[in-house]
Parts: sequence; structure tokens; C-alpha cells
Amino acid sequence: MSNDRRLSAPGQLSAGDDLTIGGVATADLPEGPLAEFATAHGLRPAAERPPIGRYLQSLWQRRHFIMAFATARNIAMYTEARLGQLWQILTPLLNAGVYFLVFGLLLKINRGIPNYLGFLVTGVFVFNFTQRAFITTSTVITDSLPLIRALRFPRAALPLAYVMIELEQMALSMVVLAVILVLTGEPVTWYWLLAIPALLLQTIFNIGVGLATARLGSTVNDFSQLLPFLMRTWLYVSGVLFQISTLAINREYVAILQINPVAIYITLIREAMLKTQRLSQPGAKPFNAQKCHVWATLGHHVGASQQLQMDSAYCHAVTNPAHYWTYGIAWALLALVVGFYFFWRAEAKYGRG
Amino acid sequence: MAADKPMVVVDDLHVVYRVYGAGGDKGTAATALLRIMGRRTRGSIREVHAIRGVSFVAYRGDAVGVIGRNGSGKTTLLRAVAGLLPPEQGNVYTDGEGALLGVNAALLDDLTGERNVVLGCLAMGMTKKETKDKYEGIVEFSGVGDFVDLPMKTYSSGMGSRLRFAIAASKSQDILLVDEALATGDAEFRVKSHARIQELRKDAGTVFLVAHNLEEVEQTCNRVIWMERGQIVTQGENVIEIIDQYIAASGGAPVDRDPVTGARIHNRVPAKT
Repeated sequence: MSNDRRLSAPGQLSAGDDLTIGGVATADLPEGPLAEFATAHGLRPAAERPPIGRYLQSLWQRRHFIMAFATARNIAMYTEARLGQLWQILTPLLNAGVYFLVFGLLLKINRGIPNYLGFLVTGVFVFNFTQRAFITTSTVITDSLPLIRALRFPRAALPLAYVMIELEQMALSMVVLAVILVLTGEPVTWYWLLAIPALLLQTIFNIGVGLATARLGSTVNDFSQLLPFLMRTWLYVSGVLFQISTLAINREYVAILQINPVAIYITLIREAMLKTQRLSQPGAKPFNAQKCHVWATLGHHVGASQQLQMDSAYCHAVTNPAHYWTYGIAWALLALVVGFYFFWRAEAKYGRG
Repeated sequence: MAADKPMVVVDDLHVVYRVYGAGGDKGTAATALLRIMGRRTRGSIREVHAIRGVSFVAYRGDAVGVIGRNGSGKTTLLRAVAGLLPPEQGNVYTDGEGALLGVNAALLDDLTGERNVVLGCLAMGMTKKETKDKYEGIVEFSGVGDFVDLPMKTYSSGMGSRLRFAIAASKSQDILLVDEALATGDAEFRVKSHARIQELRKDAGTVFLVAHNLEEVEQTCNRVIWMERGQIVTQGENVIEIIDQYIAASGGAPVDRDPVTGARIHNRVPAKT
């Protein structure tokens, strides 16, 4: 027997003793503090979170896992449904259908906005992208607990994969949106390409908030109960259903609502996809008090000519439209950095459940 | 000995679970409101001190059996070694990362076995090519056969644990933690997995095995830790002796052993000569 050292307990001198049945079982610890013994042999605490650089590196190394996980989840989501993957395209279509029914056929309101249906559907799709990212990532840690407890990998891969699933869904929604916009009379222009960088910025923003909600959802159970109310409030203050600048509130509040991240991404994508929005955005033309007033009083009537509705362009812009892209980039980077840091801080604790 | 490299050092480890909504609180809206108002401070939280001051060292090439009654803290200990449970006091030091194989740990239940194999390999950090190369071997080792195309929720518990073991054992892990994962496998799989654990040990890893099948521990492990109520009763390399003590303490009948090798003598099965 060669493991003599292991049998020598403190105070036991028979270090050369072989294993014999009938001997006394004693603790076989090395002498001195165990923590020092461990560090001397280059051991690291098991529940230690890796430094941020190494964490990013291992995350990059798992990029194939992220994509494979996203695809697998996406497929599993629809396997129980008879129509299967068709739901990916049916979901945005039905979404748009509901709004067409309510606002196109029943309510007959336009809120002074030319091509109100196109305006509304674009807003709903873009808002939905962020909303879905929030809601799905809030349960990603609890959903994947068996995987987390079985294998070691950077946990940020999971919320990242969920955002990728939503991005794929969003890409399909954009195809549906393009068809709807053409049907509502919007021209196909080169401006449509601007929707790509805008969506990329929104994706980065979603990753950031997704990481943060993933951590919150993993420990605070009350959070997922609260989330639907938060999202509904956010829906109403982000100008999905109306133009924020037409709200009869202080201009400071209007500005705050306008630069909220979801409103920024909605505006950027609306301006890329809808010519009517590009041209009727307040501030698009030099201020003209009379035309603006006419729009504010007559432009909201049902049956008002599109020309009259376009006159909102002569009103004052509260937030300078030239700054929208800056805000879009700033929100994306801020969310990513804060969300990532927040998620990484608890990296060692996600297996706790 | 120079070759004796410690792989796992557990230093006075304490692990505490906090259970929310445990007894004492009726769980009604009224009590929740009182709690929020600060009248009752966190009345519904119960602390379970699952591991209370455990220390041991495991070396490279060790196969450590962890025995003890249900609820003695075996699974918690393994989770802590795997780095999945943060210690309340003390610490766990490891060389490399631990992979935990538990009987309840399904990977992703609603996905097919095939996808689980691919995802498992990629999650462990293999490249796409490595995953492709290992795929056949994993499926064959697991023995799930044609079921590989079906969602894992359709598997029997034995098939599921076999596939999970096959995935985690495909990569030479630094530290492999097997929690009853082999208990549900059939005889043939136990032989295969036993051989694989020996191989992993040769690859300079360390294996921890929690099992209620004491004969399996005797055959597989060179060290054993006996736990009771979150503390170590006894540990050491005299595996057979400790197991006999444990059996005696549990009130079981003594095991007939060959006086030279210590191997069990099964009276009902005639020994092969």
C-alpha cells in the first residue's frame, strides 16, 4: 500500500502502517490550515465566480451552444402544436389581425396619424420584441435548473439564447410587417435598410435587460407576478397606440417619455419603415403655428385627408429627431453593460434554485 | 507522495438552505401583509442547516464513496463540491470544475435525446467537431437505441439516467460527482458505467459516488465518507470496515466476507471456481 501519508492522522506515529481491516478510522487530513493547504496546491474555491474577462471568453467559446440551445428551444416550443413552426408566422399575423379588427374596422380613430394601422402594427411588433425578451428571460434560470445543476457553463448563455429565439421571431414578424405596410400603401424604399441597425440596437438592449431580469427572476419570485403590470404600463407610455408628442402634458414629461428606450426603438423603426411617419414627424418641417394648429384641431377627425394629417410635421419637436440614434445607441450600451455586470455578480448562485 | 495531488479540499463546510413559506405561517394574504408591514419579520423562513462543519481532502485518482441515511447531507455535499451551492461558512476548494450527475437532473425534458447529447457536449465546452465525433459513442454507450429521436420525457428513468451519465462521462471531467445516477440502470449498464468510472479515474480525475447500494461502493471506491445529520461520522480508505460499521449502526445483519480479500460472499449464489 503506497498511501501511507493519508493514513497518518495528527498524533499517530505509525505512518508506515498498511491498511488493515480492524484498524481505527481516523480523519486523514493534512496538517495545518486546510485553506492554506488548498491554495498551496493551486486549488480555487468551487463556488467562485470567474473574473469578467475569462467569463466573457468562455461565453464566446459557448456561442455554438447558445445558437443550438435557441434552435432547440424554438423547436420544442411548437412541437405540441399541430401547426408546428407555422405558428411563428401565424402569431404576428394574428396580432396584426386583432389590431386591424379593433382600430381599422371598429373604432375608426386615427389620432391624427396618417396610415394609423401601419403606425400601430409597427409599434406593436417592436414593443412585443422587448416585452417577450423580458417575460421569457425572467424564468430562464428556473426553467433550466436541471441543466444548470448538471453541467458547468457560463449561465449568461441561457438568457442570451432566449433573446436569440425572440430575435428570430422578430425577423419573421418584420417580413409580415413589410407585407402589411405595402398593403397599406407605404412605398418600399432604401430607408427600410435603416430598420436593421435599429433592430440590432434593440437586440443589444434586450440582451442587457434580459440578463438583468434573468437574475431578478431567479431569486425574487414576486418579480414574475409584477412583470405583466410593468409591461402594460410600459406599453402605454411608449407611444405604441399614439404619438407621444401629441399628449396634453408638460413638454418635460413628453421628452422623458420620448427618450424611454422602447419609444426610441419604436420611433427609429417607424421612421425607417413608414414614409408617412418620416414626413409627418413633428419637426420634420419648419415650425408653422397656423398649420400645426389646423392639424391639432382638424387632423384628428375621422375622414380627414392624409394631406391634413401630414401637417403634424409643422409642429414643434420636443426631442430633436437627430438625437434619436444617439439615444438608441446609448440605451443599448448602458443596458448591456449594467445588465451583464448585474448578472455576472451572482454567477455562482444560480444553481441554488 | 509527489503524485498525490489534492483535487478537492473541503474546509469546515457549512451549508444552509433557506426555505421560504415553511411552517409557522398560515400563508394567507393577511400574514403576508403583516410581514411586509414589518410586524412579523420573516416569520415564514426556516433555515435548514444541511452540512455542519465537514472537512476532508480527496486526491487525484480517488474514487470517494459517500454513504449515510436519507437526509444526512450527501447530495448537498456533492452540490457544494460542484460549486452549485455557495457555502455559508468554510469553503470548498477544487482543482478544475466538478460535474454533477443526479438522478433527478434531467437535461431538457421536452427535447429529444439527440438534441440533449449535442447541447450537453456544447455546454461542456466542446467544439462542433468534437461534438460530432463523440455523438455516436455517447448514444451507443447510453444504449437508448432508437429512443434517441424521442423527447427525453418519454424515457424510462433508467434510460434517462443512462443518457445523462453517458453525456457527462464523455469528457474527462476533473471531478465527476455521481449522485445515485447509476441506481436506476440495469445490470449491463452498471458494468459499463463501473468500467467508465475506473477509466475516468485513470485520466487523473476524481470521482465522488453517492449510493445506497453499498456493494457498489465497495467495488468502485477506494475511500469512503460516512455522513450522519450533516456531519462526518467516519472517513478513510478502510472502505470495507467503515461499511460494515455503517451496516451494524443501521441495524443490518453483518455481511459474510472472504477473510483475505474482504469481498462479499453471497450464500445464495454459488461462487464460481
